[in-house]
Amino acid sequence: MSSQICFVQGNEACVRGALYAGVRFFAGYPITPSTEIAEHLAEQLPRVGGKFVQMEDEIASMCAVCGASLAGFKAMTATSGPGFSLKQEALGYAIMAEIPCVVVDVQRGGPSTGLPTECSQGDLMQARWGAHGDHSIIALTASSIQDVFSTTVEAFNMAETYRTPVILLFDEVIGHMREKLEIPEQGVLPVVERLHTEVRAGVNYHPYLPREDGRLPMSDFGGVHRYNVTGLHHDIWGFPTQNADQVSKLNYHLYDKIENREHLLARWKEYYLDDAEQVIISYGSSARSCRQLVENRHHKGDRIGLLELQTLWPFPAKLVREKTARAKSIFVVEMNMGQLAAQVKPIVVNPDRVFRVNRVDGQLITPTDIGQVMRVIEGRGF
Amino acid sequence: MEKFRFLLSGSGGQGVITMAILLAEAAVLYEGRVAVQSQSYGPEARGGATRSDVIIADEPILFPKVSQPNVLVTLTNEAAGKYMPLIRPGGMCLYDSDLVQPSRRIDAILKGIPMHRAVMEKFGKSQALNICVLGALVTLTGAVHMEAIEKVLAARFKPAFHAANSAALALGAELARPLVEHS
Repeated sequence: MSSQICFVQGNEACVRGALYAGVRFFAGYPITPSTEIAEHLAEQLPRVGGKFVQMEDEIASMCAVCGASLAGFKAMTATSGPGFSLKQEALGYAIMAEIPCVVVDVQRGGPSTGLPTECSQGDLMQARWGAHGDHSIIALTASSIQDVFSTTVEAFNMAETYRTPVILLFDEVIGHMREKLEIPEQGVLPVVERLHTEVRAGVNYHPYLPREDGRLPMSDFGGVHRYNVTGLHHDIWGFPTQNADQVSKLNYHLYDKIENREHLLARWKEYYLDDAEQVIISYGSSARSCRQLVENRHHKGDRIGLLELQTLWPFPAKLVREKTARAKSIFVVEMNMGQLAAQVKPIVVNPDRVFRVNRVDGQLITPTDIGQVMRVIEGRGF
Repeated sequence: MEKFRFLLSGSGGQGVITMAILLAEAAVLYEGRVAVQSQSYGPEARGGATRSDVIIADEPILFPKVSQPNVLVTLTNEAAGKYMPLIRPGGMCLYDSDLVQPSRRIDAILKGIPMHRAVMEKFGKSQALNICVLGALVTLTGAVHMEAIEKVLAARFKPAFHAANSAALALGAELARPLVEHS
């Protein structure tokens, strides 16, 4: 079979990517603008021997995803703002119990039920700190339908590699927009499979005893090994512990396994950064508007470039610092009140030259919006 | 080839978004062009103003929305009032002449066709209105070939609907043909 060309929504591209990566379980509760993910998986999963469950709510969905993943399935759920809030408790559980899974949040306007059918990028900090306690998280995003597909495959790969939930932070514009998608043949994009333990049946298996390379091989829950899984701090058997040494080690392990790999997890695209005096940083649908502006101005001879982040968490601080080192001014463009700008400001060479360009009315930020703010900053009038 | 910026508008349930998808899909899958389709709608399932944007071009499309359409389609007065002022000077507006009283103050080529009435007379129900509009739209603009639309209709819908869809498409084309300007 050769590559397949289709014309699909971002949400459907996400489903195709998930199937490419081998998803076999989805539990969710439909919510605009993520509903099409559930809709398409309801149709597709049974065809590949997978299971689709529409649960009573988002809390139960996230719990079911944890269970299915432990039992050996690649599992995911999809939601939007209000539902993402409900998933946070079980998401924290997945982080603590080191359960690989993918959680899609197609962002809409908030807070609360907000703007169901309109766009926003307001869940950036919720993705990072929605679950309580010190922890780390991986969150990825995309600005085109093709990138939604490949980013979804990557999300499953990272989840399996690091035994952690990975959040796909799309937005309404990308979720609902239709564009060409070319689905590569199976095998073209790498797919990371579940790392199973080599411990035989009848021999004690320690679920939280790392191999030499630090990875934790899994045994399908309910299979040949008996072990404990808990949201409490636990030892290598998975049983609760209050031993200060073990507690501290586990906290650092959960944090470091992601934060120390910032450079490995960073995904980005860059346009004309080499000699750029003005650098725009953006992500998701707003990066499309930025690129339109950058292309127009670059052709007129302006020294302007774009850094489009695809990994949002762990925040690629080193990358951002390097790419903006020679910039005279930095514009962070996003559809919230400056959630990414707050990350950029402290780590760049000249924080006073970081400017926020935001739009929070449910409409996609336009190249004109961005250009107008830049004109004011440059002292060229409104 | 020409870059088209379509803004298709009407009320929820008229099939505006489906029409936009069919148009953009035809351009991508059967004409090898670049197209992006996006939409905006309210929380209601029916009623309320619906809008869908389609851009067809030969180069990558970055900003996916249409701020100034060169072709506007409007099937309700509400949508006409909202979107007619956005038309690019010299652009085209295709509207249903029974449902919409367009503003004459806009610098646009107005093409009024009683599509809803024609569909009701021929089929007795309005489901195929969007396909009829698509037939008229493609005839007036030449944005894609009619065969590309026919292929999309054949691929996307069940065989039971093929005859009605083809008839509705031909009806729209037939109604629009006298209004085509030959330059």
